[in-house]
Amino acid sequence: MSAHEQFADDLALFALGALQGDERLTLEKHLEGCSSCRRELERLRGDMALLALSASGPAPPQRSRERLLKAIAKEPRTQKTLARAQSLWTFLPWLATAAVLLVAAFFWQQSDRLAQQVARLRDQSAQQQAQLEQAREVVSTLTSTDAMRVTLVAAQTLPQPQGKAIYVRNRSSLIFLAGNMPPLPPQKAYELWLIPTKGAPIPAGVFKPDARGSATVIEPPLPAGVEAKTFAITVEPEQGSSTPTMPIVMMGVGE
Amino acid sequence: MATLYDRYSSLVYAVALRVLGDTGAAEDVLQEVFMQLWRNPAAFDSSRGNLGAWLGVITRNRAIDGLRKRRPETDIADVIVSVEPDMANDAERARAMEKIRGALGGMPGAQRSALEMAYFEGLTHTEIAARTGEPLGTIKTRIRTGLQALRKVFET
Repeated sequence: MSAHEQFADDLALFALGALQGDERLTLEKHLEGCSSCRRELERLRGDMALLALSASGPAPPQRSRERLLKAIAKEPRTQKTLARAQSLWTFLPWLATAAVLLVAAFFWQQSDRLAQQVARLRDQSAQQQAQLEQAREVVSTLTSTDAMRVTLVAAQTLPQPQGKAIYVRNRSSLIFLAGNMPPLPPQKAYELWLIPTKGAPIPAGVFKPDARGSATVIEPPLPAGVEAKTFAITVEPEQGSSTPTMPIVMMGVGE
Repeated sequence: MATLYDRYSSLVYAVALRVLGDTGAAEDVLQEVFMQLWRNPAAFDSSRGNLGAWLGVITRNRAIDGLRKRRPETDIADVIVSVEPDMANDAERARAMEKIRGALGGMPGAQRSALEMAYFEGLTHTEIAARTGEPLGTIKTRIRTGLQALRKVFET
């Protein structure tokens, strides 16, 4: 902290959005490489959140709620297929392996030719170097953490059911949002399950989607500190079950 | 989403209204903040803080952008908020609110007003210094220590 005192005041101004021009650029550059300043920035934003709490007033009018729900109904969340974007990661090792195999095949072919074309050895090796550079670039683009990853899907496909569980283990806190859930048969409900790394699935809330297929589960009662391996959804009787009834209709592992 | 709205809309609306002072504009910010959460729930990284705190900061920033008629400057996904009290629960929020008000009340007047001008009016340190006629460095430090003083209330 003491090494970063010259930035201390600026960090607060930056958090508030008041820092401009060169001072802002200098600080942004410093933040890229300085985790202790990033941490202090997060805490200053925390202080800002506390200050937000000091504001109080009337509740928003009922029409705001209706307006929001209407807007949400008009905009089903299909563009951001997070699960699919994630699944690209699972392909990464394969893509990287494929790239390496291609390079290997290329080298093999090249060396065969080199044996016959000793005179062109120098040129060839330069060429190989360039190809290798290119292959490296391909792999580094595929694995870069700041790459933007976009999954394109056919424009005409039906909206896919999608759920997102946000779970904080040390607080046993779980928020689940779902969209485009198919309607249920009568007297049935969906049940969310937390599947721990050890032991039986734990019920994490029973829910029914609304007419638009949206549903939420907020902070269901959960035992303390369970490490989650997977979240899954099954169809159960309305009152919920203590063990899941197969089949699993949706499932996802942590990111 | 309706549940999240019911839990956090009064916080979001209160902040937007305090900054903008206009119910119509505050309703617009309320709508915008929840639509952003709906469109991109992954922008909020739950491993790094709680949703109430994050919404509070996002709302304040959006409302100030609106007040200063500027385009949003930061991507909401870049805003990571780290804070002690958990704002999900009404009782905890009310307790925290009381502590914050106490801390603000206990601050020297000049510090509190510098902090509030920066936070709720979106004035820059230069503008505050021009308004109060005090040195820029003093204002900068008042804003920072004012913010930091809030977290101290929860560090016991």
